[in-house]
Amino acid sequence: MAANTEAFSGGFSNPVFESQSVFRMVMDGMARPGTIRTVEQDAGQPDPLGSAAGAIALTLCDHDTPVWLSAGFSQSAVAEWIGFHSGAPITREKAEARFAFKEASSALSSFGLFSAGTQEYPDRSTTLVIEVEALGEGQELTLAGPGILHSTTAKVAGLPETFLRLWADNRTLFPRGIDVILTAGRHFLCLPRTTRING
Amino acid sequence: MYVAVKGGEAAITNAHRLLADRRRGDRSLPSVTIDQIAEQLGLAVDRVMAEASLYDRSLAALAVRQSRGDLIEAIFLLRAYRTTLPRFGSSVPLDTADMQVERRVSATYKDLPGGQLLGPTFDYTHRLLDPSLLSDEAVEEPARREAGEEAIMRVSDILAHEGLIEADGDLPQDQPAGDLTREPLEFPMSRDLRLQALARGDEGFLLALGYSTQRGYGRNHPFVGEVRIGEVEVEMDIPELGFAVSLGRIRVTECQMVNQFKGSSKAPPQFTRGYGLVFGQNERKAMSMSLVDRALRAEELGEDITAPAQDEEFVISHSDNVQATGFVEHLKLPHYVDFQAELAMVRKMRADIEAARNGENEMKDAAE
Amino acid sequence: MDVAQQTVPDTDLAGRRRCAGLLAGATLNEIRAAWDTLAEKPEARPVRGPETGLVMVRGRIGGGGSPFNLGEATVTRATVALASGTVGHAQALGTDKDKARLSAIFDALWQEEASRDFVETAILAPVETRLAAEEAQKAEETAATRVDFFTMVRGDD
Repeated sequence: MAANTEAFSGGFSNPVFESQSVFRMVMDGMARPGTIRTVEQDAGQPDPLGSAAGAIALTLCDHDTPVWLSAGFSQSAVAEWIGFHSGAPITREKAEARFAFKEASSALSSFGLFSAGTQEYPDRSTTLVIEVEALGEGQELTLAGPGILHSTTAKVAGLPETFLRLWADNRTLFPRGIDVILTAGRHFLCLPRTTRING
Repeated sequence: MYVAVKGGEAAITNAHRLLADRRRGDRSLPSVTIDQIAEQLGLAVDRVMAEASLYDRSLAALAVRQSRGDLIEAIFLLRAYRTTLPRFGSSVPLDTADMQVERRVSATYKDLPGGQLLGPTFDYTHRLLDPSLLSDEAVEEPARREAGEEAIMRVSDILAHEGLIEADGDLPQDQPAGDLTREPLEFPMSRDLRLQALARGDEGFLLALGYSTQRGYGRNHPFVGEVRIGEVEVEMDIPELGFAVSLGRIRVTECQMVNQFKGSSKAPPQFTRGYGLVFGQNERKAMSMSLVDRALRAEELGEDITAPAQDEEFVISHSDNVQATGFVEHLKLPHYVDFQAELAMVRKMRADIEAARNGENEMKDAAE
Repeated sequence: MDVAQQTVPDTDLAGRRRCAGLLAGATLNEIRAAWDTLAEKPEARPVRGPETGLVMVRGRIGGGGSPFNLGEATVTRATVALASGTVGHAQALGTDKDKARLSAIFDALWQEEASRDFVETAILAPVETRLAAEEAQKAEETAATRVDFFTMVRGDD
């Protein structure tokens, strides 16, 4: 384990300020669903993790947030890198995960195994970070709900084809449910569980 | 009802300035240093660390200095500080059998392996004020004697061989421990969470509860199986190394209270145990904790719950002095609007009674 | 920013543990003194930290049962990489960042054949000697307070 140099590389060079900036961006993104944000901070993440996903991992994950990784990530240096820099334990149980990261074009069969929180503590749910091909081009989605005046559109390329059906199911669990962040390279947009999507 | 008002900023600023002045006191006297507090008021520092639930002698000494010796204020400061730090992980559970013992006494066995080691204790002092401490007289170096090679075994391991004393509980060795700093309290709670709450609980509150069990409110026939104080190694698994390393040593106090138990439908007659473990040197707290831990096991052991010390929700909800002081002391903050509302209500109730009384008198007058 | 590809020497784990434990037990002055005697100060790139955080100290119910959370302690840690690519880690109770940074460099130097002897003689051995002496002194001071019971009167006449 000690031999893995990729895990020891990268990380924020100024952890306090950089993670605060990224946190602010994620918070604003959740408050304004569907708006595209661009991460300037360099997290120095190993492939195949994207730079927005890497910065979000360093900002949000810590010792108290088990992280689940899709196969492409867990078989790379990503697992040790997140573990070393954020202290987060890597879990194979989706239900335990507070954050989950999926690489681009990996299959998405169900949200059901991730934690949707409880009726008393709906915040104890998984936030799923999904890498897609691109944001701002591709399939046009119409979004509505809290944080959106009337409705807005977001364009996403490479959204898993099951996503819209799974999202509709997720909406029915409210106040339980998962939240999603779509990432593409340096860009990301947030889809909190309150957002309605029409494809 | 809450109404936002503004004002008093200058008063607050000047109050803080005045506090700083009074904290410093007479400028012709030297200022007390952090090292002096840590070295010479060590037991105050220990209490602050235990109840703040943060082991750091220098920071606890700083808190004592900043709080002018108000220990609950110091505990509050240290608790607030700990919330600013990330958590790196959990230690390997401490091995108190491997302690470098500085004091160890047992009230149940005179000749136990390792012997009775009195250590730096106030016991057997005459509690007479010592005028020599008015000045800074030289203090003798401690006496020394060759230390035995004998292991200082835990007293619970001695009785255990006969099956007369219960084991350390039947939860698995690798059971994940609950953490009340991460999850909200829910009752009933497991013993691991209770011990965490008691370890940071207010010394005075636990002392009074322990005392109440001795006076008959949930009596549990205690004997001090053992009290030990000393340093233990703190080890942590380091994922990037792949093994556990020592982070250094901390001083703790451990109490094994042994309680006679007549048996119940749930457990046979045997000696049961209450457990106390506290940061620093504080056997009063460790002993109180072990008495209360045992009292709170009433339900598990099939005993009647009749006394405050056995009532888990009562004990655990009120043991934290930072919470308690916050709620009690908030009463002094402005409640102008609440009080005006109550004032109006009391005036109205009085007017209603007055009116009713006048009405009765008129009826009486009319009847006569 | 990748660390140069390194082959971690197949160090024996017990030795590495001992090194980490003694560095944690060392004072900043001891570590600085050793650093000052180092003829060529190695370049060390910070990889993580030095940073201060908390470790939750656990005890065991009854002393030997299942774990419970006793309370937290401050810990400061650092990870550095030498120009050679060797990565050193350090972690110790307290809030001393200089100690963590220098300890991590010594941890890295200990892993390299060329500098291990220096680390052993300049820092590990003296710290080990001091800790052992302190422990022995405390044990003797405590032993002096051991009660020797003796029988004053025996009741069988």
